[in-house]
Amino acid sequence: MSLKTGYSDDVTRGFLTWSIIWGLVAVLVGVFISFQLVFPQLNFPPYLTYGRLRPIHTNAAIFGWGIGSFMAMFYYITQRLTKVPIWSPGLARFQLWLFNLVIILAAVSLAMGYTQSKEYAELEWPIDILVVILWVIFAVNIFMTIMKRKEEQMYVSLWYIIATLVGVAVLYLVNNASIPVSLFKSYSAYAGANDANVQWWYGHNAVAMVLTTPPLAIFYYFLPKITGVPIYSHRMGIIAFWSLIFMYLWTGAHHLLWTPVPDWVQTLAMGFSIILIAPSWASVFNGYFSMNGQWHQMRDNYLVKFLIFGITFYGLQTIQGPSQAIRTFSAFIHYTDWVPGHVHMGALGWVSLVLFAGIYYLIPRLYNTELHSVKLANAHFWMATVGQLIYSISMWVAGVQQATMLHATNADGSLHYTFMETLAEMYPYWHMRAGGGVIYLVSLLIFIYNIIKTIRSGSAVGETLRATGAA
Amino acid sequence: MFDLLEKKPVILLLLAAVVIMIGTTVTMIAPFKWINDPSQKIVGVKPYTPLQLEGRDLYIREGCNNCHTQTIRPLVADVARYAPGSTDGYSKVGEFVYDQPHLWGSRRTGPDLARIGGKYPDAWHYKHMEDPRSMVPKSNMPGYGFMKQPLDISLTERKMKALGFPYTPEELDAVRGKTEMDAMVAYLQKLGNDIPWRKAAADAPLVGNLTNPFAENVAAAAETGKVLFQQNCVQCHGVDLKGGIGPDLKTSALSEGDLFSKIFQGKGGMPAFGDTLGKEKVWKLVSYISSRKGLK
Repeated sequence: MSLKTGYSDDVTRGFLTWSIIWGLVAVLVGVFISFQLVFPQLNFPPYLTYGRLRPIHTNAAIFGWGIGSFMAMFYYITQRLTKVPIWSPGLARFQLWLFNLVIILAAVSLAMGYTQSKEYAELEWPIDILVVILWVIFAVNIFMTIMKRKEEQMYVSLWYIIATLVGVAVLYLVNNASIPVSLFKSYSAYAGANDANVQWWYGHNAVAMVLTTPPLAIFYYFLPKITGVPIYSHRMGIIAFWSLIFMYLWTGAHHLLWTPVPDWVQTLAMGFSIILIAPSWASVFNGYFSMNGQWHQMRDNYLVKFLIFGITFYGLQTIQGPSQAIRTFSAFIHYTDWVPGHVHMGALGWVSLVLFAGIYYLIPRLYNTELHSVKLANAHFWMATVGQLIYSISMWVAGVQQATMLHATNADGSLHYTFMETLAEMYPYWHMRAGGGVIYLVSLLIFIYNIIKTIRSGSAVGETLRATGAA
Repeated sequence: MFDLLEKKPVILLLLAAVVIMIGTTVTMIAPFKWINDPSQKIVGVKPYTPLQLEGRDLYIREGCNNCHTQTIRPLVADVARYAPGSTDGYSKVGEFVYDQPHLWGSRRTGPDLARIGGKYPDAWHYKHMEDPRSMVPKSNMPGYGFMKQPLDISLTERKMKALGFPYTPEELDAVRGKTEMDAMVAYLQKLGNDIPWRKAAADAPLVGNLTNPFAENVAAAAETGKVLFQQNCVQCHGVDLKGGIGPDLKTSALSEGDLFSKIFQGKGGMPAFGDTLGKEKVWKLVSYISSRKGLK
C-alpha cells in the first residue's frame, strides 16, 4: 500500500503487466491465424491448427487483455472514486494469481482440443469453476470497497462497474451450464435451437457487459481526468446507463436471424438492436460535448486522441451493429468476413484505444515518473489506427464481394458461382488483413517498449519511500 | 429517484440485476417453452450412434465450427447451395434436438455442412480430410491426416449415457478398432440426412426434354466442358475420365440425357451440380464426357 495516497496499487500494476502480456499473445496468435487462412501449410496439427488457435486468440483478447485491463483499472478507479483503499488487498493479489492461472490453463487446454465449442465460452467446466471463483472474489472486493466508501455520491463509472459485476456473473453461469463426462469433456445442458439462443444471449451480452460497460466506465473516468473538463451531461449519462443495460439483453438473437430460432425472438432482437443506437450514442455525444471548447487538446494532448478516436469507433460500431441486425442486411453479410471486420473495429478501435489511453495515463502515476516518449505514443496511435482500418475495411469489402457472389443467380435459377469460386476471390483481402494485423502488432510492440522504458525510469516503491522520507 | 440510487449501491445493484433480467426472461428463458416442443418433432431425426457421437466430439475438438456453419437459412442461395434440388431444404428446429451443444457456427470460411451427409462417398471424405487440396485445389483447410490415429473409446459409453441416447451392444462394439477419421466421416455422413431430402431431390423428375442444346456444335461446348470437368470432376473421375472414387466415364453406358440428370441432380455418391453450375454448364460437361467416350 502506498503511504502517500493510502491506496493499494500493487494489484493494478500487476494486472496491467499481465494484461499487456496477454494482449500481445492475442495479437500474435491473431496475426498468425490470419496468415494460416492464406497459407494453409502454416497449420501444424494437431495443436496449432486454425480451429484450435482461433479460440485462443479470442480468449486471450477478451479475457486476458480485456478483462485483465478492466480488473486493473476497476481497482484503481474504485479506490479513487470511493476515497478508500481496496477492501482486501490480499484477496486482490490472490485474484491476480488465479487470473493468470486461468488464462494459462485456457491457452493450454484449448491447444489440447478441450473445448465446449460455444464461442467465447469454450473453456471446459473445471476452468469455468475457477472463472466463477475469480469473478466472485473480484466482485466482492470491488463491491465491499464501494460499500465502505467515503464519497457518498457514486460517479457514473461506478454504476457501469456494478452492472458489469452482476451482468457477467449471470451470463457466465447460465451459458456454461453443462453435463460433465470427465474432467476434460462435458456437454451443454441445452439442446439445439435452445442452446443456440442461450449462447447468443450470452455472446452478444458479453459484448455488452465485457466490451461496452467496462470501457465506458473507464472512458467516463479518464476523459475528465485527462482533459481536465467535466463530463458534459450527468443526466444523459444516467439515461444512457439504464437504457443501455435494459436494451442489450433483448438483442442476442440478431446473431441468429434466419435460423430455426422462433421468428418473434429474432424480431425482438432486431427491434431492440436498432433502439440501442440511442443509449450508445448518448455516451458518444457525452464524450463529444465534453470536448466543447477543448478540441485543441486533440492536437496538444496525445491521450485525448486515443479517447476520442476510441469513442468515435464506438459510435461507428453502434451504427454498424444495429444495421447488421436488420434481417435483410443480415441475410446478405452474415457468415462473411464483414462480421470479423465489424468485430475488430470494436476490439482494436474502441476497446483497445480506450485501454491504451488508460494505461498511458496510469503507468507514469503508478511508477512515479514521466512517460518515456510521447512521440512513440503518437506513432503507436497512428499505426494502431491505420492497422485496424486496413483490417476492418478490407474485411468489409471482402464480405460484400463474397456475399454478392454467393447470392448471384443465373436466369435458370441456378447459382452463378460455386463456393470455391467465391473463396478464391478472398485471398487478396486476406493478404491485406494480415498486413493490417502486422502493422497493429508493430504498433503494439512500440507501445510495450514505451511502457517498459517508462517503468524502468520510475519505481513502484519510490512513491512509498519518498513519502516515508518526507514524513 | 436517481439521486437515491447513486447513493445506495445495494439498491443500484439489485435494480441493475432486475433490469438485466427483463430482456433475459423474455428472449432467453421464455423461448424454452416453444423451442424443441414435441409438436416440432421430426420423426426421422435420430440421436447419434456411438461412432457418430465420437465423430461429433472430434469435430468439436478440432474447432471445425470456427469455419463451418451448420444451419441453412430459408434463402434462395442458401437452399440452392447447401440443399440443392430441394425447395424446403433449409434447417428445421426439430433437426437439432439431439445437438448438445449446437454447432451452428457464425462464419462460413468453408461451406455450410448442415446437409453434407450423403453428398460425397466416404472415400471422398477420407482423401479430403487428409489432404484437402487434393480434392479442392484452392481450399485453405488444414489437413487432418493425423486423425488416422486410433479412436479413444474409453468414454464412449459414458457419453451416450450422459446424453441419454439409446444404443445397442453392437453399436457400442462398432467403435472398437476404428480410427478418429472413421468416426469423423460417420458423423459427417449423418449430417442433415435424417430428412430424406437428398433422395427426393435426386428422384424428382427433371422438367423439359433432355436433349443436348449444343448438339449442333459439340466441339466448342466440349472445350468449355473440359475446363469445367477439370474444376469439378477430376477429383473423383480422374483427369483421364477413367474413374477413381467415382466410376469410369469412358466405358459408361449412360445416354446423354441420363448423364445430364445424374450430374444435375446427383445420385448415390454423386453430388448434384445443377444448382451450382446451371443447365448450360452441365450440358457442356455432358458434351465433353460424350466426346471422350470410347477414346483411349
